[in-house]
Amino acid sequence: MQQSKDQYYVPEGSYWPIVGSIGMAFLLGGFASSLHGSGLGAGLAVLGLVIVVFMVFGWMGQVVSESEGGYYNQQVGKSFRIGMGWFIFSEVMFFAAFFGAMFYAREFSIPWLAGEGNNMWTAKLLWPEFSANWPLVKMPNPETFAVPSALVHAWGIPAINTMLLLCSGATLTWAHWALYNKKRDQLIYGMIATITLGVIFLGFQAYEYAHAYGDLNLKMTSGVYGSTFFLLTGFHGFHVTLGTVMLICILMRIIRGHFTPENHFAFEAVAWYWHFVDVVWLGLFIYVYWFTG
Amino acid sequence: MATTTTEIEADIHAHDDHNHGPEPGLMRWVKTTNHKDIGYLYMWFAFSMLLIGGAMAMVIRLELLMPGLQYVEPQFFNQMTTMHGLIMVFGAIMPAFVGLANIMIPPMIGGPDMALPRMNNWSFWILPFAGAMLLSTMFMEGGGPAFGWTFYAPLSTTFAPDSTDFFIFAIHMLGFSSIMGAINIIATVMNLRASGMKLMDMPLFVWTWFITAFLLIAAMPVLAGAVTMMLTDRNFGTSFFDAAGGGDPVMFQHIFWFFGHPEVYIMILPAFGIVSQIIPTFARKPLFGYSSMVYATASIAILSFVVWAHHMFLTGMPVAGQMYFMYATILISVPTGVKVFNWVTTMWRGSMSFEIPMMWAVAFVILFTIGGLSGLMLGIVPADIQYHDTYFVVAHFHYVLVTGALFSIIAGVFYWLPKWCGNMFNEKLATIHFWWAVISVNVLFFPMHFLGLAGMPRRIPDYSLQFADFNWIASIGGFAFGLSFILLAYIVVDCIRNGKPVKEARVWESAKGLEWTLPTPAPYHTFTEEPPRELILKESSHSAH
Ligand code: HEM
Ligand SMILES: [Cu+2]
Repeated sequence: MQQSKDQYYVPEGSYWPIVGSIGMAFLLGGFASSLHGSGLGAGLAVLGLVIVVFMVFGWMGQVVSESEGGYYNQQVGKSFRIGMGWFIFSEVMFFAAFFGAMFYAREFSIPWLAGEGNNMWTAKLLWPEFSANWPLVKMPNPETFAVPSALVHAWGIPAINTMLLLCSGATLTWAHWALYNKKRDQLIYGMIATITLGVIFLGFQAYEYAHAYGDLNLKMTSGVYGSTFFLLTGFHGFHVTLGTVMLICILMRIIRGHFTPENHFAFEAVAWYWHFVDVVWLGLFIYVYWFTG
Repeated sequence: MATTTTEIEADIHAHDDHNHGPEPGLMRWVKTTNHKDIGYLYMWFAFSMLLIGGAMAMVIRLELLMPGLQYVEPQFFNQMTTMHGLIMVFGAIMPAFVGLANIMIPPMIGGPDMALPRMNNWSFWILPFAGAMLLSTMFMEGGGPAFGWTFYAPLSTTFAPDSTDFFIFAIHMLGFSSIMGAINIIATVMNLRASGMKLMDMPLFVWTWFITAFLLIAAMPVLAGAVTMMLTDRNFGTSFFDAAGGGDPVMFQHIFWFFGHPEVYIMILPAFGIVSQIIPTFARKPLFGYSSMVYATASIAILSFVVWAHHMFLTGMPVAGQMYFMYATILISVPTGVKVFNWVTTMWRGSMSFEIPMMWAVAFVILFTIGGLSGLMLGIVPADIQYHDTYFVVAHFHYVLVTGALFSIIAGVFYWLPKWCGNMFNEKLATIHFWWAVISVNVLFFPMHFLGLAGMPRRIPDYSLQFADFNWIASIGGFAFGLSFILLAYIVVDCIRNGKPVKEARVWESAKGLEWTLPTPAPYHTFTEEPPRELILKESSHSAH
């Protein structure tokens, strides 16, 4: 429903939002029931996920065809950019909650449990044996938790992964230059390189998880260190996965001949997202793996 | 900031003009990308939630009418207080403000619609599903959440019913909806504002919502993080809030209130905006201290992120922490005071008239101030040691939220309703409704101050005998206040159906603002062409042009 020929663009009505809401309700409601042993719940959750994926592709497909059909103008593009930028900011705040939890445990709750400050009685009455340590390998009450035998060493896989992600940021920028300069081959190679680096990163991450669970007994149930470790790296890995899928979609659009040097919002949005994921990883590498002492 | 629309895309446009009105049939409301349609949906949703949450409040007041347990089980009572709080905060107040933003921001900034209309539709259509999921917990085995709207661990982790996981996902969905709504408002204000309108020309409602939107995108994800940690603590063996694993239940409170305090400002900044629109209209003077209002709003927003632990003075935090949070909290009353003084000064020597919206606005200024003052008292550590977790806190936040946030919404609805539907409401009934509501709300909440000072704890279904009289009074006030909403519903529906048609574009003769230059009732599409700068300046309600 566009309003004025030469000024504003308001898109047509759409069923996708309601489809998305239904999918989301099935996915989350089903998941919640499956947590309490409902087999039907698991089925509902899968159905919900399928609906959500269908919605994302349908909705984005419509946007892409409208964009390629020339319906959008610069103002629409700018709205998209503002929207994406602040969406990424909200993601930053989501990660901040988990980083905050990690710093809080490390700087406050663990020393307090060991009696620091005015907490002598806390320590004496609750777990007198406990002494503060970080990364927390020995929990206040080790019996109920998976006690790790060792931790993931920063200068092994995590360092390699840091390199991979930093390189992927560079290859993506290289591809972006190619897009500006209309060098199609370089653009495609740059995208393929970025995607490959992302996939290798994920492979290493999966390997590291298997190693942590299988060999080190470092699990989500390993006290608060295990909790922050797996939720931070887990959500990060989830974002890398999403980012990789989005990069693949962008690559397919490039192959179909979409995007011009002036007009490539989707490319930019995904690039921003990728760099954001990259920056979060740096935070993880530094604070989760490296400066743990 | 706003792209000049003249230079926009004369090139890319290949689209025919099909400038039609609303689609016929019910599907209009499902598919709509129109900011007003979506705004009205938000308003009706919020009103239904207000009635559901209100019904729960009636159960609470019924049980508290007299000492002793009479009507409901304590467990059910706790479900009522929990659900009442959650539904009012996430289902009624926040959606109502987003609804008003949707309906009013595009006309106020001379724009065509919201910047991301389809996402706007999604922001709304998540809500009914999330609301249903939240309400459904009450019918599950083990009952609904009963740990209070603040869902502190370990009550919400170790000791909570299974239905809590549904509650968690409902919060995720509500948060997702709010974040998308906020992003949309930011993009709209930055990008769809008429090019002749500078930032400091924006009406205050737009300003306050613009700033609120930043609060939302910074605070809601933190809430999402908190409920996610709850979810994994409950189901996947993490120990964020479990001291045996090195975590800390008090950490939950820190994370919650890092969200929670900005959240209370999310519910009051738009209210400040509405009142700042209404008072100049009926005082027939430009708003006093416009720029100080903008700066005060911004400073409140920034400060709101650094005061959260005033909710936690009694958790055993170090004295240095108490001191810091006490002073930071009290600092917020400076910009808040600036606002109150500016409203009063706007009215000072104005040619005041007391139409219905103005009555509500004035009631807001007086009663919100009472809430602000009790907030100050609570912010003082030695005093809070006495008041914390008593009915004094309940009195405080109901003054700021009911006679603050909710009253501003009612004021806004009466102010803009004739513009929306083209009819005037029944002013006689509305006057009766005003006095009925304002008197009963004070009968309801004012005695709670005394109860709290005398030491009555909050969130209990029974109490000792010395609290009986004030509780009885509060309950009677509560029932009366509850009934007033039936009358409100009647007034609104009657206005839409049979109200006397209003012909003037400027419904209130001295109202200023671009929204009053549009015809009444407001056309389906808002500005199809940019209003020129001269008009914007002429319509500014804060400078004397
Ligand atoms: C002048 C500014 C304000 C100050 C100094 C202030 C201070 C406080 C303090 C210290 C508490 C904690 C009391 C306790 O639990 O012991 C509190 C509670 C509360 N305040 Fe305020 N407040 C102010 C304004 C507001 C506003 C504008 C709102 C919302 C619109 C609000 C909503 C609440 C709520 C909902 C609670 C209770 C939370 C709970 O425990 O359930 N306050 N306030
Ligand atoms: Cu607060």
